[in-house]
Amino acid sequence: MGVEEKLPAGVLLSTVEGLAGYMRKASLWPATFGLACCAIEMMTTGAPRYDAARFGMEVFRASPRQADLMIVAGRVSQKMAPVLRQIYDQMANPKWVLAMGVCASSGGMFNNYAIVQGVDHVVPVDMYLPGCPPRPEMLLDAFLKLHEDIKAGKLGKNRRELEAEQERAALEAAPTIEMKGLLR
Amino acid sequence: MSEHQPENLPAEVPGGDALTPGPTEVVDRRQGMFGVRGTGDTSGFGGLRRDVEFPGASPKPYGGWYDAVAERLENLIGDDAIEKVVVDRGEITFHVKRERLVEFCRHLRDDEALRFEFCSGVSGVHYPNDTDRELHAVYHLLSITHNRRIRVEVSCPDADPHIPSVVSVYPANDWHERETWDFFGIIFDGHPALTRIQMPDDWPGHPQRKDYPLGGIDVEYKGATIPPPDTRRSYN
Repeated sequence: MGVEEKLPAGVLLSTVEGLAGYMRKASLWPATFGLACCAIEMMTTGAPRYDAARFGMEVFRASPRQADLMIVAGRVSQKMAPVLRQIYDQMANPKWVLAMGVCASSGGMFNNYAIVQGVDHVVPVDMYLPGCPPRPEMLLDAFLKLHEDIKAGKLGKNRRELEAEQERAALEAAPTIEMKGLLR
Repeated sequence: MSEHQPENLPAEVPGGDALTPGPTEVVDRRQGMFGVRGTGDTSGFGGLRRDVEFPGASPKPYGGWYDAVAERLENLIGDDAIEKVVVDRGEITFHVKRERLVEFCRHLRDDEALRFEFCSGVSGVHYPNDTDRELHAVYHLLSITHNRRIRVEVSCPDADPHIPSVVSVYPANDWHERETWDFFGIIFDGHPALTRIQMPDDWPGHPQRKDYPLGGIDVEYKGATIPPPDTRRSYN
């Protein structure tokens, strides 16, 4: 992105990270991506009663280039998947994805030919929010948790190291089918 | 009709329970539930028997304005275009031969005594065991002039899924026919651009047919997988 990506790791980078994270979390612009019933809850969250404006997130942009958070609210059909990916690609970095509801997270009740089994097949997801549909309070909670993530976000060398570490951990992780324990 | 009639007066619906319904036609016989067959069925639904019945042709008179409409149509298009007329639950359905559909619709729209200006679309139905009439297309029509509603039903065999398009008469049916083609595979001859509308362009098959598999993937849990619903309770 900018000069912050080129800073050497150290005190300076951590300071810039802290500052940038603090700014970014306070000014998150969601893209309107309502696909189904979850969108109703998402709209309610933006409305006065639940008031996402308290977290600086009340302005939903219909244009991906002016947004940096995509709230995938609803089930994604096979036909919608390329559209969703295009919207995601059009958003400028830094950007985040929130999979709202079980359908966006895992396909939910729609285990059939038409629905993508989780939007993480198409775009990387930063926050999964279960619920069918989740209450506005749950969405606000997801916002706050995402804010924490963004605030602790890394830049430059630190980010690349973190990503490499996450990928290594993901590759080493045991698949669910090989895990032992309660059936869940 | 009085000029000072209130606007939201309910439409006059003749027929209904007063008429003796004609004999029913059984097109399918279903058994059990959840696709369970043979032994191993612990659902308790294995003993269910259900007939898929069509109401049979109704004898004249149909009651109220139905007779006037039916008679007018017979005069305009002749007796042979209409396969049968069914009055069931107070609603009238004209089963029309598919070759005569466009002509039939044109009369419905243009004739002064009929004036069914509005067609609210075409729905597809799939009856896999209704031999040579597997696919049905159902049109719901409204006469705004007379405040009347009728239904027109056309069928075609699965082996020859062609029905003439009524877009030339009811232009708004354009997308509805595309949808019915998409989901049921009924080819509407004469449609300006019969392409898929809901499913992706390269989709194989027509998903609303009864024999189309539901699809789905196995869901993984710790140490086990759960198959998708349509294969889950099948014991055969």
